[in-house]
Amino acid sequence: MQTTSDEVLIARIADGDRLAMQVLFARHHVRVYRFVLRLVRNEATAEDLISEVFLDVWRQAGKFEGRSAVSTWMLSIARFKALSALRRKPEEELDEAMAERIEDCADDPETTVAKKDKAAVLRECLSKLSAEHREIVDLVYYHEKSVEEVAGIVGIPEATVKTRMFYARKKLSELLKDQGIDRGWP
Amino acid sequence: MMTTDKEAHSEIEELLPWHAAGTLSRRDRERVEDALARDPELARRYALVREELGETILLNETLGAPSARAMNKLFTKIDAEPACKPAVSLNLGARVSGFFASLAPRTLALAASAAAIAILLQAGLITIFVIKQQSGGYETASAPSTDPGVGSFTIIRFAPQASSDDITKFLAANKLQIAAGPAAGGLYKVRVAATVLPKDELARIVEKLQDDKVVGFIATTE
Repeated sequence: MQTTSDEVLIARIADGDRLAMQVLFARHHVRVYRFVLRLVRNEATAEDLISEVFLDVWRQAGKFEGRSAVSTWMLSIARFKALSALRRKPEEELDEAMAERIEDCADDPETTVAKKDKAAVLRECLSKLSAEHREIVDLVYYHEKSVEEVAGIVGIPEATVKTRMFYARKKLSELLKDQGIDRGWP
Repeated sequence: MMTTDKEAHSEIEELLPWHAAGTLSRRDRERVEDALARDPELARRYALVREELGETILLNETLGAPSARAMNKLFTKIDAEPACKPAVSLNLGARVSGFFASLAPRTLALAASAAAIAILLQAGLITIFVIKQQSGGYETASAPSTDPGVGSFTIIRFAPQASSDDITKFLAANKLQIAAGPAAGGLYKVRVAATVLPKDELARIVEKLQDDKVVGFIATTE
């Protein structure tokens, strides 16, 4: 049996169906939360923001025209909310738990590689990318968004999406090299 | 000609992340696959992309989930909203959606429940299968282990269209064991061998498995 599509849920939400809202929330809130968390880097702020994102979905469902996937539309709203929140708090406020997860890189490269496996170093370097680069890497790899969808969410041309992803990956290689891992690219 | 080739190569290389994520159009996917088959250096770079993809997924999966506070806050706000008027949709998509939307909330609830049951059923079938073939997996002469925590592993997200029957057959045909999962995002940790295989050999197995239509995403893990 097939599950109700997101588009059908949105149509029902537009008619004020609270149950449809619960189903949509259950289906997407974790991914939306993680997307926002990677941008704002504060768990409490991210939780507040996802309530706002889904409240906007509730209010705007009648205006959804189906020109993009519902998940893409929600990520666009989430991105707007996250950037607005960051503008309100220009000094990015890292909560303590999040700060503890950002690992200390005081070791020299050889020691770093010796201490951890390559995969762990790669994840650490992914965390160190700029917000712009983190965002595009997450959208492509984790949220499985196409070039066109990323362009829609971020509000940049498709050619820029490809270029930005390329430079994000290049930066990742540089960070890895600094940690003693030479991938032989670029 | 050289410049044109170089430009085409660069264009193909830029598409690798989307190829790895499975979000390219059929035409682009075929172009990339063709280039990968002809160009070993591009194939090597594609392996780097796949590593990035796997670790990005793992990184995001460690971020956890929001507490119930987020949902409570949302529905408190929704309850405080004035009753919304049904929207007048003009486009065909919305009208079609509207037709489906005319189904009763109870039908919707039943559909959601049925989906949940289907997922549980699938998980159950997989678990039964795993129990049945505890002794499975690629075994080598060098001290295979029955400890599910020991061996060589991948993470797999099954294709959305794959049925539990497809998954069971896939696991059996490839002598795989599910070690953990599903985690958020539908990821399973799957043991492909009872011993720690060399990276090259594990990569070859992953490469072979990823061609199966049952597999939506696969990467090596520890």
